[in-house]
Amino acid sequence: MRPEIMEEVEALRGVNSVKIKEAHEAGKKVVGMYCVFSPQEIALAADAISVTLCGTAQAPIEDAEKELPRNLCPLIKSSYGFAITDKCPYFYFSDVLLAETTCDGKKKMYELMGKIKPMHIMNLPQTAEGNDALEMWKNEMIKFKSFLEEKFGVEITDEKLKDAIKLMNRERSAMRRLHKLNAHKPAPLTGVDMMLAQWLKGFNVDKEAGIELIERLISEVEERMENGIYAFDENAPRILLTGCPIGSGSEKVLKVLEESGASVVALENCTGYKGLDVLVDESKDPITALAEKYLSTPCSCMTNNNGRLDLIKRLAEEYEIDGVVDLTWQACHTYNIESFTVRNFVKDELNLPFIQIETDYSDSDVGQIKVRVEAFLETIGSTVTA
Amino acid sequence: MISIGIDVGSVAAKAAAYDGEKIIATALLPTGWSPRESGEQLLKEIMGDLNITRDDISTIVGTGYGRVSLSFIDKKVTEITCHGRGAHYIDPNIRTVIDIGGQDSKLIKLNDKGTVIDFLMNDKCAAGTGRFLQVMANALEVGVGDLSELASGTEPANINSMCTVFAESEVVSLMAEGASKEAIASGLLHSVCNKTYSLASRMGVEDKVFFSGGVSKNKKLGQLLSNKLGAEIISSNESQFLGAIGAAIIGYK
Repeated sequence: MRPEIMEEVEALRGVNSVKIKEAHEAGKKVVGMYCVFSPQEIALAADAISVTLCGTAQAPIEDAEKELPRNLCPLIKSSYGFAITDKCPYFYFSDVLLAETTCDGKKKMYELMGKIKPMHIMNLPQTAEGNDALEMWKNEMIKFKSFLEEKFGVEITDEKLKDAIKLMNRERSAMRRLHKLNAHKPAPLTGVDMMLAQWLKGFNVDKEAGIELIERLISEVEERMENGIYAFDENAPRILLTGCPIGSGSEKVLKVLEESGASVVALENCTGYKGLDVLVDESKDPITALAEKYLSTPCSCMTNNNGRLDLIKRLAEEYEIDGVVDLTWQACHTYNIESFTVRNFVKDELNLPFIQIETDYSDSDVGQIKVRVEAFLETIGSTVTA
Repeated sequence: MISIGIDVGSVAAKAAAYDGEKIIATALLPTGWSPRESGEQLLKEIMGDLNITRDDISTIVGTGYGRVSLSFIDKKVTEITCHGRGAHYIDPNIRTVIDIGGQDSKLIKLNDKGTVIDFLMNDKCAAGTGRFLQVMANALEVGVGDLSELASGTEPANINSMCTVFAESEVVSLMAEGASKEAIASGLLHSVCNKTYSLASRMGVEDKVFFSGGVSKNKKLGQLLSNKLGAEIISSNESQFLGAIGAAIIGYK
């Protein structure tokens, strides 16, 4: 049995699509975003709503393929398909879009998407190291701020930025506390529920209400833990899921893992823990603090991306991980290539079983994935009992 | 007591019986349209061969793609784990299993107890699998079983494509240019060997390698792999039963 509040969490998407319509009609501005590199604080400081746009469902991919190549990552195709078919209410009500130059696929897709709606593109440096990269990224923060000021006819003061930073830090802290509940052995929440709660925060039109809901969920889960109610028993293999982002509609691998008896306790990906690990420094100049926080995101579009290995190591210890699963969306070159590095690191440095699963959003390969996942769990089982 | 392993694959269903020391019987049937019925039929056959009843059997373990449809089994285990245990039974010095079947190729690494410590599988395309060779044999108008002999003793034609669709047009072009069937057959086996080698290189190959699956019947490919990997390759007539043997042994514990 899942916590009762999960139903409220699951309803967020529907509730928020009504809220965003009402807010739009009341004259509130909306900034649509896709990525964990997007500085939501700047949008909030412009008194706008920041929302994550749809891109995790298979349905609109067919339409996207009329204009995009087939052998492109499903996340890019899905995002673009939602945009051109106008099936994502959040896209529909967005006044402007914010995009970043992360991977090549997204960068070129954004050129096409920018023709549909006003779009601002932030030039992300290709490395997170060194002062040049930080200065450049700081400058990009200022450009985005000016873009919104001009577009919405507002002034984004340091004061407003600081308030937005505090609000977002509170949201991150709440989400982080929720994620850390699963560090307990056995885990109180399924990986699927954890993913849903983490992913749905992106659609929260009312941040305060979202934080309050997560805090109630944490309380309910803590109460269940006191009463010995957990999602899995103690023997379920504990999995860290890393790699490409997932959301509702693209949770195939996560589902197969849990249906096969694993407990996915840590979601290292950018729809999970990655963006929660570092808070924005509230004592610094807000633009500098924002640039530092967002540039520290350990994404595979960066070279090098050793921060990802450090984070995997930390989570593996903290969450008592038995095996690491690396999910790669087909045609995602950066995560696909990096998987070799992660494999060697996990096997040699952490001494843990590792498997990479490369797939797309469709159900065509579920049978093959099941064989791999079950065999992987058997491998874990035999090393644990040996 | 006796334990039974049943491996229902995409093409054939296999059974093996284990008495705690050795494999005492095997049986084989085409899977046909109903994996459940062929599994049940196979169980009947092997019980008939051994002249035993269900009461003499301690455990039945199911494996292979059809394992989920078998209602009479006590336990299901994936073919990857079963292949590992089966190879260990055949020769305890085996540390790597290369299994190339109709739709999958797998590389399985074992420890000294026959436990799987790592494995890799091809992605969902048919490159380097039995299906690839089947399509190419059709293009050459020869049987898939003839490729090995055809390829022996000739210099390989150069085939670059691993994709089944593109390689087929490459083969057609080579034939148009007048390349011999022998050279093309040899080129195809070299390309499967290279594909398998790159899969194997991702994990590394140690000591003895067992080559299983339907494609392992191709002797020439076995030789090519042995040279390329620099390892001793073992294959045996029992190789088709590897999964069933492993399942029976796992069930006995």
